[in-house]
Amino acid sequence: MISVQQLLVRQGDFELSSISFEIPQNAYAILMGATGSGKTTLLESICGLRAVSGGKIWIDGDDITRAPPAQRQIGYVPQDSSLFPTMKVYRQISFGMEVRGFSQAERSQRVDELASSLDITEILDRYPRGLSGGERQRVALARALSFRPRLLCLDEPLSALDDDTRSNLTKLLKKIQQSESVTVLHITHNVEEGNQLGTVHFRLEKGQVRAVVCEDSGDKNTA
Amino acid sequence: MSVFGVFYLALIIALLVADFRFANWSDMSSLLSDPRVQFSIWLSLISCTIAAILSLWVAIPTGFLLARLGSESMAQRRGLQSPGSRRLFNCVRYSIDTLLDIPIVLPPLVVGISLLVLFQTPAGRWLDERTGELFASLGYAGIRGITYEIPAVILAQFTVAAAFAIRTMRNTFEQIDDRPERVALTLGASHYQAFSMVALPQAWRGIVAAFTLAWARSLGEFGPILIFAGTARMKTEVLSTTVYLNFQFGNLRGAVSASLILVTLAIVVLILTRLLTLGGNSKNGVIV
Repeated sequence: MISVQQLLVRQGDFELSSISFEIPQNAYAILMGATGSGKTTLLESICGLRAVSGGKIWIDGDDITRAPPAQRQIGYVPQDSSLFPTMKVYRQISFGMEVRGFSQAERSQRVDELASSLDITEILDRYPRGLSGGERQRVALARALSFRPRLLCLDEPLSALDDDTRSNLTKLLKKIQQSESVTVLHITHNVEEGNQLGTVHFRLEKGQVRAVVCEDSGDKNTA
Repeated sequence: MSVFGVFYLALIIALLVADFRFANWSDMSSLLSDPRVQFSIWLSLISCTIAAILSLWVAIPTGFLLARLGSESMAQRRGLQSPGSRRLFNCVRYSIDTLLDIPIVLPPLVVGISLLVLFQTPAGRWLDERTGELFASLGYAGIRGITYEIPAVILAQFTVAAAFAIRTMRNTFEQIDDRPERVALTLGASHYQAFSMVALPQAWRGIVAAFTLAWARSLGEFGPILIFAGTARMKTEVLSTTVYLNFQFGNLRGAVSASLILVTLAIVVLILTRLLTLGGNSKNGVIV
């Protein structure tokens, strides 16, 4: 369970205030909102990449509001994938396990498992330069999932892809979320993508979470 | 290329041609066979290399910190949301930046005098004496301290060269996107791991450039060495002081020949750098 309570984030004149929402365990949450509404700011605050001025963030009962990013156990896929330019795909995926002290055997097994699930086995010994947009995003996804995070944060991972690649990756995201049993918070502008993937939907408007629609119950709350 | 650019290029070529025409091979060979000049060449090569390595040692972490302290993401991570805190943060950053650039803008003689004065203070004298004792214990009794000894040559070169190396490394890291480092933090990396495993490998061309610049700058250093290390032959004489000493004693041909050795070394280093960094781009490439 991911719980955000009364979160306050300030960035110059822009402010996210009184942000409160909850994501049930293993849910696929979709966060939508207009450009500049603060979606990425909120996601980065949850990941620990941006300081928060108030409120609390909880994951599985742990208060992670002030925890450094490394201790949050959150996988993060930015919009541009931000792969490490000097590392081959294999090393990219094993990086999170390497710095967390996983054994070589564990790393190797996990990389093979993720590469197989995400269909990137063929490109494991390639550098990011030259990979297609879809391949880059699958590598970034594998990298973020490698250490079995408690939450996976995706910042518009499909926005720069063509329709076919987007469609394939949408199915892959759904499949991988279920096989990995990971809770997902996914930012998107695409309503169709949100409807296909989401089990929980949020909308961020004018620095506040305006509406929460739960698909299962049909509840509609305004925060 | 503008007309002025062509003029400047012609000026550089004319200078080199004039030097080569003025000196002849017999001057050069007699200079190279002089043990004092051989000593100055070796001391130049060794001291410049040590000064360049020391400069890199300082420049890599300092350049990285300056580049990242100036980035928007650092301000966000540190929670510098209010205009006041950002102004204070920027003020401190600019002050450090300016201080580090001082050796670049100071007249070289002033750097030398400042070093000399520094080593006249109690702390400087203490360090001078301890350095002499250290070298004596290592079996180099000839080096009795820092001032007017070989360590003074290296320190004088390092003081100026490090400032150039820091500026180069700061520019390099500023051009490297910091988002992969931020992702590395979420993957479990410490700040040091994000730096050493993600940022540093991308900066290798900048490191080569910084090393070359520091080395070349050290090779051409004269003023601070003259004041702080002196021009004692077979002791603290480097190539730039060889040029000076020959000129001082009216041996213009010797001075030009020694200058040509400096020019040749500088050209070799520049060509090597170009070859090593061939294929670079502005994103990860050589700066300056």
